[in-house]
Amino acid sequence: MERNPPKPAFTYTTGIWQDIPHDDDPFAPAISRCFGFDVHGDLLKNAGWFEYLLLLFKGEPPAHWQARLLEKVAMVLTNPGPRDASVRAAMAGGTGGSPDATVLIAALGIGAGQQGGAHEVETLVNAWSHCDTELTAWQAFFENPDKDYVEDVWAPYEHAPGFAPHGARCAATIIHSLEYLASISQGHRLTWLQAQRPTLEKLQQKPLAMPAVIAAAFADLGLAPSQASMLFLILRLPGAAAHALEQRALGWKASPFYAPGIELQDDPGAHPLPDISRFDL
Amino acid sequence: MSIDDLVSHESHWPTRMGKAFLCERVVMRGRDLHQDLARMDWFRLHLFSVTGREFSNAQVEILNFMWVVTSYPDPSIWPNLVAALGGTARSTPSMSLVAGISVSEAAIYGRRPERKVLDFFYRLSSAIDQGSSLEAFIEQEIKIRKIVCGYGRPLAKLDERIPYTLEKVEALGLQHGRHFRLALDVYRYLKKTRGLSMNIAAVNTGLIADMGFTPEQYQLFLTPCFISGMIPCYIEAKEKQEGAFFPVRCENIVYQGPPSRKWPA
Repeated sequence: MERNPPKPAFTYTTGIWQDIPHDDDPFAPAISRCFGFDVHGDLLKNAGWFEYLLLLFKGEPPAHWQARLLEKVAMVLTNPGPRDASVRAAMAGGTGGSPDATVLIAALGIGAGQQGGAHEVETLVNAWSHCDTELTAWQAFFENPDKDYVEDVWAPYEHAPGFAPHGARCAATIIHSLEYLASISQGHRLTWLQAQRPTLEKLQQKPLAMPAVIAAAFADLGLAPSQASMLFLILRLPGAAAHALEQRALGWKASPFYAPGIELQDDPGAHPLPDISRFDL
Repeated sequence: MSIDDLVSHESHWPTRMGKAFLCERVVMRGRDLHQDLARMDWFRLHLFSVTGREFSNAQVEILNFMWVVTSYPDPSIWPNLVAALGGTARSTPSMSLVAGISVSEAAIYGRRPERKVLDFFYRLSSAIDQGSSLEAFIEQEIKIRKIVCGYGRPLAKLDERIPYTLEKVEALGLQHGRHFRLALDVYRYLKKTRGLSMNIAAVNTGLIADMGFTPEQYQLFLTPCFISGMIPCYIEAKEKQEGAFFPVRCENIVYQGPPSRKWPA
């Protein structure tokens, strides 16, 4: 290998990461620092994963309550369960024997959506920055979440973000999550959401949904909308992975085959297949 | 919307889009795939699947031309870079190409601006129908949105596809379409008043508007269009030494963050 090549021209600029190379290999880091902290010599021994995650996204060591809140948010998100669209997408990959990463790509792509997915969380975290704890501001937002909408790959909302469009009641799993996360947060948004939930649900005539809880938690953590969206996507992947692996092991016969439920409404009618008797098959 | 919407769909999905009667026949948008649609080439079928319509030979030819002339096998182009990184990292073909297609839904090129350009042309023609002038509408657009999507190109002034496309449009007799002509008129105005250039997206989208695509149909139609440019980038990166696609030495990560410090106890 050439040890002293001409100075390369292509660089990436970052405020996050620094690699200090070994003297004898410019591609091998002796030290990697994240926002100035030695990842393998210091963080690995002295910080928790959720402290490290918040450092990575926010640039400073978090307070203890912030790392704990993110850990508990991660627990709420870890497995959306096999009824969730993103997990079903992963399971569809698993049942057919697709490579591991493809099932996660499926979970990410579908879990990105704005009906229970990352884009809904992003929208709500953005709304927190405008509405904060002003009930009238939230009501105006829910009535027109697409104010100032311009044509985009994201369609206008079909429901008030943060509420379950088809729900008959707020699921106890959501209420328990909100109660616990509000109890450990030192921010004001989760507690406000918990206190206002009955009022908001009455105004919307719909039950609160999990993206509203998660968005309030991310807002309490001071995360920007896209940071919240990214963490939401990342933290839901374990469940997608586990269920996909389980379905792969169970085999395709154990997976629902929806064909009998699909009713074709403009059927042009059957034709006989071509006669291939001459091939003597 | 209510819980009834869920209950009624638990076991029932009525559709006019299609169904596979395996070992018998397949229907797409009311037509038999094997008996009827199989006479089409794949590109026409793609258009039919997106729109439910069939297009004239000239229209299909220009739509196909749009895809061909944007198939740049250059790994410096971002979706291609993603595919090449898949090759050098020895990821699989499908995952590398899907990753490249996914990032093509970008803000400064690809799927997002294209939708916005189509929306702009429809709003422009509608405003003209209601008595506005082209100039007044453009000025209003710039006042509200700061830009006119499709005009001004991030990396170069001349889009080399434009002369070839204009020549092709003329050869096919498609140059008289209302939105195509508006696309050129908008350019003439922005060039005169602000010295802006025109992106190929403006030309293509004017043609698309003349064919009546919705923004959603436009995106669905274009989603695979970069893939033929990505594939050579993936192949070459995979054929060469693994990990050797523009490797980055430590010092080429230019760090601008805080100085070295200790984690608080």
